[in-house]
Amino acid sequence: MHIAVVLKQVPDLVEELEIDSGGKDIDRSFVKMKLNEFDDHALEQAVLLKESGGAKVTAVAIATEGIDQVLYAAKARGADAAMKVEAGEGVLDSRRAASAIAETIKQLAPDLVLTGVQAADDLFGQTGPYLAAVLGWPHVSVVSGVELGGGTVRVHQEYSGGRTAMLEVDLPAVIGVQAAPQPPRYVPVSKLRQAMASGALDSTSGAPASAPAGVAVAGLAKPESGRGAEMLSGAAGEVADRIAALLAERGLARG
Amino acid sequence: MGNVLVYIETADGQIAPISFELLGAARKLAGALGGEVEALVAGEAGAAQLGGADTLIQVQHPLLTPYVPEAHVAVLADAVRTRNPQVVLVGNTSVGIDLAAGTAAATGRPLVSYCLGLEVEGGAVVARSQLYGGKIVATTKTEAPAVFAVVAGSFPEAAGRSGGKGQRVDVDPPAALSALRMRFVSSAAPGGEGVDITKAERLVSVGRGIGGPENIELAQELAKALGAEIGASRPVCDSGWLPKARQVGKSGMTVKPKLYFAVGISGAPEHLEGMRDSELIVAVNSDANAPIFKVAHFGTTCDLFDLLPALTERLKAKAG
Repeated sequence: MHIAVVLKQVPDLVEELEIDSGGKDIDRSFVKMKLNEFDDHALEQAVLLKESGGAKVTAVAIATEGIDQVLYAAKARGADAAMKVEAGEGVLDSRRAASAIAETIKQLAPDLVLTGVQAADDLFGQTGPYLAAVLGWPHVSVVSGVELGGGTVRVHQEYSGGRTAMLEVDLPAVIGVQAAPQPPRYVPVSKLRQAMASGALDSTSGAPASAPAGVAVAGLAKPESGRGAEMLSGAAGEVADRIAALLAERGLARG
Repeated sequence: MGNVLVYIETADGQIAPISFELLGAARKLAGALGGEVEALVAGEAGAAQLGGADTLIQVQHPLLTPYVPEAHVAVLADAVRTRNPQVVLVGNTSVGIDLAAGTAAATGRPLVSYCLGLEVEGGAVVARSQLYGGKIVATTKTEAPAVFAVVAGSFPEAAGRSGGKGQRVDVDPPAALSALRMRFVSSAAPGGEGVDITKAERLVSVGRGIGGPENIELAQELAKALGAEIGASRPVCDSGWLPKARQVGKSGMTVKPKLYFAVGISGAPEHLEGMRDSELIVAVNSDANAPIFKVAHFGTTCDLFDLLPALTERLKAKAG
């Protein structure tokens, strides 16, 4: 069993984002990047499958600034190999990113590809379904929980209202992971150092085959602030007094 | 002809509210494009409710119910190929991720996701989409034909409930259904404690800002003092700090309580979708720019570890 996990970095949404002078992209010069949280869960799911059933895990990512650290961290967490895809300069939309990664996936020929279900910057649709379409493999997104069978995987797909279904999917397949059965594990610095010392990352070149998305970005803007909350400031005791009072006024203070 | 095709999403045989939103949006777009509104129903659904469509395209096949993503993508892609609508609308919901991207990829059409607004400009569609967890809105221009995935809550449902011609056509299922590579095994309702947070009048909802499972008690104390149920954001349930049945948002429950007290929740769009219609929203979050404050009525950046015990104490004193 060989599992490939596709990883990418996204801007840390805890940070304030600014729009660049061109008005069509965020200002990336100071923005802090982090591993997409759903990719983090996909990696955890892959490592859990490796631990329970024995599988080889390869982390795959398009080469962007800071991606080496992400791939070393993936190795420290249990990935057996890491592959960087050199796809040229510039930010790729998800469809082009998928076409670049597809070439590498074909070479690796894994049984299963796990991706994060979504990323906060995928304006043009998510990577997983496109990757599956290019490869001609089945695809299921919004998955929490993957179990390996003989030639198949069983996945839990989530729907609105908290309902879930178990689906059996023929391999090879691409699965979009919403959540691993347990939170992504912490990487001790010593393990990270060990991973970095253990050798260079593998890399391949994979220029995207597909044309740009066919969607022109006219501009970015901060959302209108809308109504907005009335902000209560002061020490905790004062704020508690005011909240208690406003709940009491509305008859919401008592059970 | 500039027709607009809407994929009708259902849950437990009921038409999902997003479908009416999409039919309403489709009516406006079809008017501007000089076309009609088509609704695609894959499997069983209450056709009588779909008066917002001019043509109801019904595809029946045993493998369409219960829902299997590959089967529904095959039906939608087939309808797009044969009927050639200029605009395809899908909900940006849990099932919409498979459907929108799968159909766009299968038919070679561009896709714009996370749409909040759609307008026709010449032969193109101008869309507004929320990006980066709702912190940025992108405006895009896409030449039709194209696919758009629309965020729930972006359009009024009422506009999509009537106004169509109500014709019905039955269409043969595509051959692809005989070669599916995935099968439905079983389904489950949300588990855990038998609680139904959608029925609660008051909710204290916990987000990642609570720090760890050991601190949930602070929120439980407050909930007790308020006579409230405990809710949670997705990361809290994914981490196993609270059961999935308490999750508010896109892949959890949609709630409209009289009081929604958000603790340490930043307010990702997927969360806001599930609680924005609450009557009174009070939010505690350390980041003054957190999107939760855009929908909250009252907010504070006060440290929740100081505020929660202080508020609990005051509420207990009032009740006592």
